[in-house]
Amino acid sequence: MAYPLILLPLLVAALALVVPSNRFRPWLVPPVAALHLALTVYVLANPSLATVSESLILDPMGRIVLLTVSVLFFLCSFYAAGYLKIRSERSNRIFVACLLAFLGLISLVAWSHHLGLMWVAIEGTTLVTAPLIYFNRTKLSIEATWKYLLVGSVGIALALLGTFFLAYSSMQDGMTASLSLIDLTGRATLLSKPWLRASFILLLVGYGTKMGLAPMHTWKPDAYGEAPGVVGAMLAGGVTSGAFLALTRIYQICTASGEGAFASRLLTFMGLFSIAVAGLFMIGQRDFKRMLAYSSVEHMGILTLGLGIGGPALFATVLHVVTNSMTKGTLFLSAGNIHRAYSSKLTDQVSGAIRRVPLSGSLFLAGFLAITGSPPFGPFISEFGILNGAFSAGRYLSAGLFLLFLLLVFIGMGRTVLKVTQGEIPPDIAAQPWKESFLTVAPVIAFMALVLLLGLYIPPPLRELIGDAAAWLENRV
Amino acid sequence: MINLLDALLVIVLAMNLFALGTSRILSVIRIVGTQGALIGIIPLLMHEHLTIPSILASLAAIVLKGIVIPNIMIKALRDAQIKREIEPLIGFLPSILLGAAATAFSLLMSNHLAVTAQAASSLIISTSIASVLIGFIILTTRVKALSQVLGYLVLENGIYIFSLLLVEAIPLVVEMGMLLDLFVTVFVISIITNHINQAFSSMDTRRLSSLKE
Repeated sequence: MAYPLILLPLLVAALALVVPSNRFRPWLVPPVAALHLALTVYVLANPSLATVSESLILDPMGRIVLLTVSVLFFLCSFYAAGYLKIRSERSNRIFVACLLAFLGLISLVAWSHHLGLMWVAIEGTTLVTAPLIYFNRTKLSIEATWKYLLVGSVGIALALLGTFFLAYSSMQDGMTASLSLIDLTGRATLLSKPWLRASFILLLVGYGTKMGLAPMHTWKPDAYGEAPGVVGAMLAGGVTSGAFLALTRIYQICTASGEGAFASRLLTFMGLFSIAVAGLFMIGQRDFKRMLAYSSVEHMGILTLGLGIGGPALFATVLHVVTNSMTKGTLFLSAGNIHRAYSSKLTDQVSGAIRRVPLSGSLFLAGFLAITGSPPFGPFISEFGILNGAFSAGRYLSAGLFLLFLLLVFIGMGRTVLKVTQGEIPPDIAAQPWKESFLTVAPVIAFMALVLLLGLYIPPPLRELIGDAAAWLENRV
Repeated sequence: MINLLDALLVIVLAMNLFALGTSRILSVIRIVGTQGALIGIIPLLMHEHLTIPSILASLAAIVLKGIVIPNIMIKALRDAQIKREIEPLIGFLPSILLGAAATAFSLLMSNHLAVTAQAASSLIISTSIASVLIGFIILTTRVKALSQVLGYLVLENGIYIFSLLLVEAIPLVVEMGMLLDLFVTVFVISIITNHINQAFSSMDTRRLSSLKE
C-alpha cells in the first residue's frame, strides 16, 4: 500500500510539469490530496496493509505523521488552488509540481523503516520545498531560499554523518552494519556506546536544523516570512513533523540501548532552549509572519521537550504533533489572507484585520489563542498533558521553566496579534474595499474546526492511534 | 591494495588543504571535482569481490562528482563572471593552518576512538572527519555563494568517505538516492546563485542581509 501513497503524488507531479494550462493545473492538486487522504484512512483501518517490506513499514508513529500530513495537505490543496487563481499572472508549473512531489516524499518519510532511505526522503522534501519559498521571485525571497537551502543542506548532511555513525556503531563483534530500524532496536544493547552517542548528537543537530530547533533555527523566520502562506503551513505542519519523526527513531534506539538518560537530558535542554529563544524573539516582533515562524520554533521545542520527558508525557507529545499541525494550518493560511488584504505583513501598516477581513481576522485571533494553549482548543490538551507528564515524571524544574516560557510566548505573541487584529484600519487601505474568497477562507475554517474538535473530544480511533504511537515510542510494542 | 588506498586518502587530505588555500574559484572547482572522483574510485580498490551494483554506484559517483557537478559549477561561474574569492573572513594562509590543525586533530582523535570493526585502512575515519571539518571551515569563512557550495561539497565528500566502511548497510537504492539528492542540491543551488547574481549584481552573500531581526 506504500507505493500508491508515495508514487501517485510523484507521478501527478511529473504530469503537472507537462500540463500546459496555467488555470487548470492547480486543480490537479485537490483530487490527488483527496485520494491520498482516502488511501491513508484505508491503510489505517487495515493494519495488515502496513507492512510492505523490511524498509517500508508504517509503524504507529509513522501512522500519526502520515495522517496529520495528509489532512493538512488535503485542506491546504484547496487553499493553494484559490491562491494560485489570485496569482494567475505567474506561472505555477514548478509550484504545483513541487507541492505534489512534497506530498509523495513526506509519505515516504512516514513509511521508511530504513534510516538511510528516510534521510534521502527528508533531504528530498528540503529540495522540493525550496522552489516553493522562491515563488514570489523578490530579492527577499531569493535571500530566504538561499539561507533555507544552505543551512538546510548542511544540517541534513550532518544528519547523514550521524546516520553513518549509527550504522558503524552496529558493527560490533563481526556483525554487519545495518540501518534498518528493526535491526537497530533489536540489537540496541550491543551497539557501540561512544559511536551511538556521537550519532545521537549529530542526528539531533541535523534533524533539529530541519525542525528548526534553536540555535539552528536561523533560516526559519526568513523562509516562513517570505514564503506564501500555504507553503508556510506545509513547512510548519508537514516538514517539521517528518523531521520530528526522524528524531523519534534515534530516540527509540537510544532508549532501547540503555542510553535513554543521555538522550533525555539533551532533548529536554534543546526543547526548553528553543521555547525560550522563540519567546524572546517574539517580543516586539513587527512582522506577523516571522512571528509565526518563531511560534513554530517554540512548538518544535515543546515536542522535543515532551520526548525528553518521555514516559507520562509521550501521549500528549504525539497528540501535540497533530494539534500543532492543524493550528499552524489555521494561522499560516489566515496570515496569508491578511497579508494579501493589506499588501504588508508589518504591524506598522496592518491593523483592524477583524474589520477588513472579518473571517480571516477572527480565525487568526482564534488560532493565536489555540496555539498559545488556551482552552478549549486542541493544543491546550496536548500542552497541558506534557506539563502534567513533566510533573508526574518528577521534572519540576523543567515543568516550571516550561510554564514560565509559555507565559513569555503568550505575552510576546499576543501583542503582535492584537495589533494586527484590533484597532482601526489605516485610512489609505480602508479606501480600497476587500472581499475574502471562498477557497481561501473555507480551508481555514475547517482547520479551526478540527483544532476545536481536538480540544473538546478526541475520537476513539484517533485516541487509539495516539496511544499505540506513545507505546511504540517507549518500545513497548 | 592497502598502500594504494592509503596513498589515495593522503591525496584527498592534501586536496582539502589546496581547496582551502586557493583563491581562484575555477581551480577550487577542479580540485573538489577531482577529489570527488578519486573518492569514487576507492570502493573499487577496497573490495576483493566486486559486484555489479557496487561498480555501478562507483561509476555513478565518479561521473557525477568528477564531471557533472564541476561542469554545472563552471557554467554558473562563467555566468556570474567572477574569478576569485576575495577577502574571505579568514585569510588564505590562516585558513590553511586551521585546516592543517583540523587534519592533525582528526588523525590524533582516531587513535583514541573505539574503532568497532577492522577497517580496510585506519586512515578512512580520520580522512572523513578531517574533510567534514575543512568543508565547514570553507563554508563559514568564504563569502562568495559558489565558494560556500564548494565547502558543502568537501563536507559531502568527507561523509561519502565514511560510508565506505558501511557498504552492507546501504542498499543501492539509498546510495543512488543520496547521489541524486546531491545532484539536485547542486543544480538548485546553482540556479539560485545565478539569481542572486542577477538580483544583487554580486555573488557576495554578505549582501543577503535584509532579513534579520
